[in-house]
Formats: sequence, C-alpha cells, structure tokens
Amino acid sequence: MFSFHKTPRLLASTCCGVILASVPILGAAEQTGYYGYGEPATDEQIAAWDIDVRPDGMGLPEGSGSVDEGMAVFETHCASCHGAFGEGMGRYPKLAGGDGSLTEDRPEKTVGSYWPYASTLWDYIHRAMPFFAPQSLTDDQVYAVTAYVLNLNYIVEADFVANKETLPQVEMPNHDGFIWEDPRPVVNNERCMENCKEEVTVSESAAGKNLTPSTTGPLDEGITE
Amino acid sequence: MLGKLRRLNQDASKIALEESERLPSEERRRFLRSGLFTAGGAMVGGALAGIAPKALASTQFPPEIPPWTRTLGPGVVTDPYGVPSPFEKDVIRRNVPWLTADKVSSISFTPLQHLKGIITPNGLFFERHHAGRPEIDPQQHRLMIHGLVDRPIILSMEDLQRFPSVSQINFIECPANGGMEWRGAQLNSLQFLHGMVSCAEWTGVRLSTLLQEVGIKPEGKWLLAEGADGAAMTRSIPLEKALDDVIVAYAQNGEALRREQGYPIRLVVPGWEGNTHVKWLRRLEVGDKPWMQREETSKYTDLMPDGTAHGFTWVMEAKSVITSPCPEMPLKSKGVCQIEGLAWSGRGKVKAVDVSVDGGQNWQQAQLREPVMSKSLTRFSLEWKWDGNPALLQSRVIDETGYVQPTLAQLKQARGTNSIYHKNAIQTWKVNGDGSVVNVQLS
Repeated sequence: MFSFHKTPRLLASTCCGVILASVPILGAAEQTGYYGYGEPATDEQIAAWDIDVRPDGMGLPEGSGSVDEGMAVFETHCASCHGAFGEGMGRYPKLAGGDGSLTEDRPEKTVGSYWPYASTLWDYIHRAMPFFAPQSLTDDQVYAVTAYVLNLNYIVEADFVANKETLPQVEMPNHDGFIWEDPRPVVNNERCMENCKEEVTVSESAAGKNLTPSTTGPLDEGITE
Repeated sequence: MLGKLRRLNQDASKIALEESERLPSEERRRFLRSGLFTAGGAMVGGALAGIAPKALASTQFPPEIPPWTRTLGPGVVTDPYGVPSPFEKDVIRRNVPWLTADKVSSISFTPLQHLKGIITPNGLFFERHHAGRPEIDPQQHRLMIHGLVDRPIILSMEDLQRFPSVSQINFIECPANGGMEWRGAQLNSLQFLHGMVSCAEWTGVRLSTLLQEVGIKPEGKWLLAEGADGAAMTRSIPLEKALDDVIVAYAQNGEALRREQGYPIRLVVPGWEGNTHVKWLRRLEVGDKPWMQREETSKYTDLMPDGTAHGFTWVMEAKSVITSPCPEMPLKSKGVCQIEGLAWSGRGKVKAVDVSVDGGQNWQQAQLREPVMSKSLTRFSLEWKWDGNPALLQSRVIDETGYVQPTLAQLKQARGTNSIYHKNAIQTWKVNGDGSVVNVQLS
C-alpha cells in the first residue's frame, strides 16, 4: 500500500523500530494523491455541480432576465408562499419591505432591509427555490425572479435586466450592516460563589401560557399558536 | 422489508395490549399464556414481550412471582434490528407546530429529560432539515472535492471508507436552541427549551486527510460545503478550521449515519453552529474568499440592538442546563435528591459547573462525571437536600478558556432580544412546594 521513502531510511540507523514504523506513513500521506482513491473530477462534471455564486459574480452563468419577465415567473412559482408582492404568507418569509426596521422592536429582515449581497439572491433561488421544486427554474428565469425581487424592494428600476455583468454591480441597502468577525466573548460573567446578589426577582414564568406541546403520549399537533 | 416487519410487530403489540387491558387480570394471564403456546411465531412472541409487564405490573410485586419469570420469552432476532421497549414510547423527538411553516423546513427536539450519560441515541438525535430528509442510495452518491486544488476528485462512499478513519465524540447544537425565549419564558419543557443539542461518537475521515490528498493551492483560504438535499445547503468554512478537527463522517455511534443526520455522509465541525455540519454532503470546494451564502447572510447572523448584525459567529459558547429536576421531571418527595445536568462548550472542555438553589445568590461546585471531553456533552451532578420549600435552580458552566456562562440579563444587555441565535444563558427552574418545576426568568 505505501512506499518507503528516503528520509525515513536515513533515520533507520539512528532510530528504534517502533518510531520507524510510523514515520514513513506520516511522511508519505502528506503527499498529494498518496492514496489515489476515487476518480479525477472532469471539467464537465465540475461545471454541472459547481453552482455557487459569489458576491464578485464568480459563478454567475450566461443568460439574463428582466423585472417584467420575473413578475410572471414569480406569480407562477413564488407568490403562493411569498405573496404577490413579496409580503409573505403565513410563516413563509416576507421578501420585501421592512426598510429601517432593524433597530425596531420587531425588525423585518427582508432582501431589501437585511440581505447584504445581490449574488446571494441568485444563488439561493437557483439552488433551493421554488421550495417545492428546487433547481427547476432555468438560468434566465432565475435572473428574472432576482430582478423582480430586487425591484419589489426598490433596489433596481423597473427596466433593470439582470445578467452576470449587472448583478454584481447592484448595491444592497444593508451591505454595510454586517460585522464579519465574531466579537464574542462579549459578556464577562464572574464566577462568584457566595452572596452574589442582594435579591432575586422572578420576572417571567412559562406557567399557564399554554404554548408547550405535550411531552408525553403521541406527537402533539394541537397547539398551533 | 425489515422496517415493515417491525411496524407489523409494533402494531401487533399495540392490538394485543388493548385486547388484554379489557380483560380482568386472571383472564389476562390466560390470554398471555395461550398467545405464547398456541400462536408461536416471531410476531406474536414480540407482542407478548411488549404487553406482559404493563398489563400485569400492579399485581406482580413480591411476594408474587411474575409470569415472565415462569414462561419463555420470544427468541433471538424477534427484532432483527432492536427497538426500545414499548414502555419507552414517550421517549421520542417532538416538534413545536407553531414554530415553522411546515415540517419540511423545521426542527425536532431531543428528549433530554429521559437521556442518561452523554451519548444521544441515534433515533433521538435532534433534526433540523431545510428541505426535508432526502432518501439517498449510497451507491448513487458521490463527494466531489474541487476548486483551488491540484487534483479535483470524485469519491464514492466505498472510496471514502478506505481512508484512515477517526472517531470522536462531539455535540452538535443548533444556534437557535432556546431562541424562542429572548423576550420571556414561553415553553415549559426541557425538551423544547434545550433539545436542539445532541451528542454522538462520529466516525469518518479527517477533512485534513482529504484536503491533503487533493492538494490545496496556496491561494486557498476557504472551503464551501454543500449538501445534496433539496436546499443544497451550503456554508463557507475557513480552511484553518477545516484542517483542524473537522471530519467527513459516515458513522454515528457505531453504525451508518441515520438519514436524518445526513446519510450517507455529513460534515462534523466540532463546537461550531449545527448548520455548518452540512448533511448529505456532496461537494467541497476550496476558494480564496467566503461565498456569502443565504445561510450565512440572511440566516444565522445575529442582529444587534443598534441594527448591525454579526456574521460568521460559528462557535457555540459554553452552556449548561439542569436536566433533573425539570418541568418534565418534577421532584417526587422532600429529602435527598440528585440534581443532574449537561454542560458543553464549543471552545473546548468543561472545566467546572456550579449549581445554585437560590436563584444565583449562592453557588456550589457540582461534580463532573467522566469522561470530560473537548466539544462534547459533559454530565454533572450535585446532591441536594430539598426541604419542601420553593427553590430557584440554576447551573453555570465554566469552560477551559475561563469563560463563565452568562445570566440572561447579561446576555440581553449585550445582544438585545432580536438576535435569535446563541442564547446560551443560565436557565432558571422554579421548584414549587409540590415538587413541580416551571421555566422562569429572573430580572
């Protein structure tokens, strides 16, 4: 299975057998292709599976779609869950609106108010939408729906046509709203052991709220809200 | 085939149980005996094993000699794949219907109140699917590794198992665990409050071994992991972590991964948000920048009170919870009882756990049960003499980095109430005079 290499052999005169047995294996396994298992991935295979799109546009395919075309696709494939204007239905996500709500008591995190990159919209619609038939839209349809949802959020004009050149240029309103470095730990509790506080007040109790499904018997479908 | 047989078996058991419960105890005994000796066969035998104790328990204490001591039980391979006793039927994953739009993109919770030790049985490991659970034939599944690598490859599941394997015990926790409680106490249940955490022994191939095999180009800094499910779930992971302790796992507690856990393969990213442990893994791509996918921008980012959001908050900070007593497991009587619970940290080992019975005024150090392992659940216990008065129980973990689990008030002060994720605050259980236990929050 594995071959012995020059370095370990040189060590042979100075090392004991136990160490020798492990050194060549570790050394060789660091080489690319050491095991040689599997098949080389061809360009065609990679192209078919490599569907991710980055903010700089890397991964966006040929094709295009307009806001108007997107409206038609949206009404057929998206509106039943997201509402005709992206207002959301039931617990399915709202896609538009919520501008300036991020500091409010009940923030609405939508494409317009929250999403930092337009590329993510194309990537996600393409990989996972429509929810009930993922990866069933053509690239042109994905461009069109992307344009439509951006327009619903007043991020692009009604004559916008999305393609691999225009989409990476779209600036999202909340682009600068993120810190991409974890600041935690930010809370520093102390390990106090005695007389740690003067008084203890219970401010909230789950008792009597009737929101908890049963934890005995069969699955409890009764409590819907 | 086997699954169908098991279901039949359980159905038979249920029917027999209902049958026997209608009979007086003497008749019940006769019913059981006749069942065993006249019908024979694995199915009826299996049914008997299930019904005997429950139907007769009230009359079988000493000095009685129970019938199961005086008869033969069903033979081996009655259940070719063993299932829990029917008396454990309450010990199941459960969901909160009002939490999500449907069960396809949803979550179920581990019944922590019933579990012992630190390992979660495979059938009780919490579930989080973004597009349901795919049914994947491992023969038809491939893992592609490509991008900024010297040798892009496609591996079959058999290929993967030829690489050197490792096993490690790690918890996985959804960062939304407890996320329903930022604004107040809502759910009165350990299972629903904290059951988005589970722990298993994972076996697979070190990601570093696979990346070594394909050869990372010098510009490679990030890894994209992608699932084969209908969400094609993705996360960007920095190579530093990928090369540290991440594995491509094909086994869970000694057997193949369960479908709910990513069969045939998943990523295990110890100590990091559950959603980074991409299930049904089909593709790993090396790149020079993160991909800013939906699940790391619009979701799994933490909104702060000032309107900014924190992204790439991967680590699950230290957390602990008392699992007994809890709302599902009230105290039975005054006197000596064992307070037990679980503690864990995404940054390493649990160093200590303290327990308070007076709402955090005074604390006592609990005992840690071996084994205490990095990025694993750790069980703790403390003996307590309950005097029958109301009490406020809390546990507080300290991990090996010195991090002390915060109070909810401290956490809310820092994060507000709209961050959804990473609520690792100290849990308070109120013990009432009758021994019942309620989820409460302190101001």
